[in-house]
Amino acid sequence: MTTQRTSGRRKQAAAAAAVVAALLTTAACGGGGKDDDGGTKNGAAGFDAANNKVAQASLAKKGGELKFASAQDADSWDTTRGYYGFMWNFSRYYSRQLVTNKTEPGKAGAEITPDLATDVAKVTDDGKTYTYTLRDGITWEDGKPITSKDIKYGIERVWAQDVLSGGPTYLKDVLDPKGEYEGPYKDKSADKLGLKAIDTPDDKTIIFHLPKANSDFEEMLALTSASPVRQDKDTKSKYGLHPFSSGPYKFQSYSPNKDLVLVRNTEWKASSDPVRKAYPDKISIKFFTNANDLDSRLIAGDYDLDLAQTGLSPQGRTTALKEHKANLDNPVSGYIRYAVFPQSVKPFDNEHCRKAVIYGADHVSLQTARGGPVAGGDIGTNMLPPSVPGSEGQDYDPYELAGANKNGNVAKAKEELKACGKPNGFKTTIAVRNNKPVEVATAESLQASLKKIGITVDIDQYDGAQTTGIIGSPSNVQKKGYGIIIMGWGPDFPSVQGYGLPLWSSKYIQQSGNNNYALIKDKEIDGLFDDYVNTLDDSGKAKIATEINHKVMEGGYYLPFVFEKFINWRSSRLANVYTTDGYSGMYDFVNLGLKSTK
Amino acid sequence: MVRGGPLAVLAYLIRRLFAAAVMLVVIVVVVFGIFFLIPKWAGVDIATSFVGKQADPAAVEGIRQKLGLSDPIYAQVWEFFKGIFVGRTYSGGGDVTECAAPCFGYSFRSEQAIWPVLTDRFPVTLGLALGAAVLWLIFGVAAGVLSALKRGTLWDRGAMVVALAGVSLPIYFTGLLSLAIFSYGLGWIDAEYVPLEDSFTGWLGGMILPWITLAFLYAAMYARITRATMMEILGEDYIRTARAKGLKEQVVIRKHAMRSTMTPILTMLGMDLGALIGGAILTETTFSLPGLGQAVLNAIKNQDLPVILGVTLITSLAVLIANLVVDVLYAVIDPRVRLS
Repeated sequence: MTTQRTSGRRKQAAAAAAVVAALLTTAACGGGGKDDDGGTKNGAAGFDAANNKVAQASLAKKGGELKFASAQDADSWDTTRGYYGFMWNFSRYYSRQLVTNKTEPGKAGAEITPDLATDVAKVTDDGKTYTYTLRDGITWEDGKPITSKDIKYGIERVWAQDVLSGGPTYLKDVLDPKGEYEGPYKDKSADKLGLKAIDTPDDKTIIFHLPKANSDFEEMLALTSASPVRQDKDTKSKYGLHPFSSGPYKFQSYSPNKDLVLVRNTEWKASSDPVRKAYPDKISIKFFTNANDLDSRLIAGDYDLDLAQTGLSPQGRTTALKEHKANLDNPVSGYIRYAVFPQSVKPFDNEHCRKAVIYGADHVSLQTARGGPVAGGDIGTNMLPPSVPGSEGQDYDPYELAGANKNGNVAKAKEELKACGKPNGFKTTIAVRNNKPVEVATAESLQASLKKIGITVDIDQYDGAQTTGIIGSPSNVQKKGYGIIIMGWGPDFPSVQGYGLPLWSSKYIQQSGNNNYALIKDKEIDGLFDDYVNTLDDSGKAKIATEINHKVMEGGYYLPFVFEKFINWRSSRLANVYTTDGYSGMYDFVNLGLKSTK
Repeated sequence: MVRGGPLAVLAYLIRRLFAAAVMLVVIVVVVFGIFFLIPKWAGVDIATSFVGKQADPAAVEGIRQKLGLSDPIYAQVWEFFKGIFVGRTYSGGGDVTECAAPCFGYSFRSEQAIWPVLTDRFPVTLGLALGAAVLWLIFGVAAGVLSALKRGTLWDRGAMVVALAGVSLPIYFTGLLSLAIFSYGLGWIDAEYVPLEDSFTGWLGGMILPWITLAFLYAAMYARITRATMMEILGEDYIRTARAKGLKEQVVIRKHAMRSTMTPILTMLGMDLGALIGGAILTETTFSLPGLGQAVLNAIKNQDLPVILGVTLITSLAVLIANLVVDVLYAVIDPRVRLS
């Protein structure tokens, strides 16, 4: 999943922000009673009341307008093309899949539950065949029934990457690893349903034939990109402007970067949908360009929550923590923020040089640069997010990053430098996105601590909008001498495959759009991923995930900064609120309700 | 009345319009160069920035085809100009998108033709620029004139201190401050933009703070220029002559001094209004106004070249037209000016 948010604040704005923050604080004081953690004065549920648990479920009423605000629009509202985390979360309002994440808080929210299908998959043929039967009463927004062919067609659209770029391509890779199918727009069959890996013997049955088993296949079917799309309503590249609804709400209007309004899909039947409660009558999003203005309006009660769910800005956070703590939650986002060492850039081909950086870094300072323990997250000690099965959280800390070495260990770092043949240190360059001030701050922190062990670091702030082209090209990374790259990653679905495969598998090293920045070519890790996809039981999968994480950490390819956390706002109007691991610690949008319909 | 005869005026206008057209072509070529050539020199494949996290090779190729990135730069520029007059068809991978004339390009980020985006957002920016201009002209010029007439007084000094503050304080400061006080704090104004067609009072409420913020900056500049010009003019011989003739001071100021003062003010107004119509980026960003400035900011963040090109063209066009209008108005204000 990708999260983004307008973050390019000008440095000069800092002074202005400080004054305004003070004024806002004063203004907020006059606005109402001060909340405490229990939060009853303004009806808010209390600090962290919705973090991994349901807050005020019984207060939710049918009706009203749920108001989102956002500093950025989705990459696309087309179910095939969207990749932003909030888009996947929000799309459940207007799209359904065979299976989806449970509408439950915390870890349970990452589990799979039937949606359009009557049950989870009937898996046969050693994990290579998945069969589903569709429910009765499932309909499109014009009242026509949703058929297995609509689902197949929606999935086939993933193959049309030349037209519908941007979304995840897991299904394409798993169902058609040889790339034989060209997608529905080039499909020569009359019904445009030529993908051999999916059978639709009747309108109610759909069967997936995998060339090779993949134990996360059902997770992939829960992604938004597996939504049905009706062929006669497919407007191809323009579908994201007005997707045809299979869910409880449909598009009323959408003006990119301005606003989006959903209204009830009157053809949707609650009896056909065990997942969605569909409380509000109307759901709207207003897009802002000023993140501070957005936060102020959230705090003022003009809007209910931030669509992006990437936390309040520093100014809004200060005010909210002081005056409206009962409206805040502090979830773990599922993201790990880290530095990675490309092995193509010397001396990072040497494991000891990498480890010298890991030991030399001041991990508390890096955490502070990310926003501190509350707004930034706990010190990251390994590379598997806490929400992924198999993670040991901070209990696995092979370099004692949150323990004895949390302020850096100069002696140990120097030992590693000696072992790598660079006892006096070396020179390298950190590549960091210029549109992420927090990442630039971490680069500066790292630069300062590495100086103490003789590693001289230049910081290259590259154009953040060109990330894929600049650091996603191994040849460019080598040419520019980027020995350290600052990045972050979150799971597409909560498994080691959904998180780590593009980062750590040698098969995912690409000349363009590469995400295996460290260029890890470890046969053991590749082998473990192969074992993982063939392992069907959950405990076995978790064990392999743990093992892969250990291998990655032992190689010293990464310096984790934090297991990221956010401070997110929920208005006092909201009911039935909870964060879910299914969407990286965001509130589960689809079942939010309002306490009052006015 | 415009002097120089109708033919001279026409010839003048044609000359200016031709120069404007040449300027627009140059601007388009430069913007193309900035967005296509510079990344190429830096070794960056632009297509990869459009494809998201899992950069499928087919997706990268599809983007290249749609954006015409494989074509030489002159061919891309030519296609762009052709599209303005005859429209364009974008096709690739079995998907065909028609962009009717005037086609100022097509955004592959938001899947929209640029022209409707521009026409949709233009009224917001126009309303912002015109409303603010009325305010800054009234208050800026009045403050400048009064300061010049009451030179050295407490009023003069006070007005010039306020003007200095207005010029020095950036819009994102005054804008945020006005929001914090009047909207979030006192709650007097709901500063959220409402389209004029939805509600006049809502629109007025949403525009009042942006107008004041923008006008504060410009009024300060206008006050300082008006004061300086007025003081210079009041020392001119013809003003002394007018006074010696026994004309009332009010008439001297209004009929003689003001008229000459307006010439540089008008020049500034032309430039400022033109630039603002092209997008008051900071003001629109601070107040989340859905105008051209906001569109171009989003486009820059998303590397959405067609939108950037479209807004740049509109800005240039607005500046050129505003200057042309100002030049013509010179002759009306100052009879000494000839349009020849």
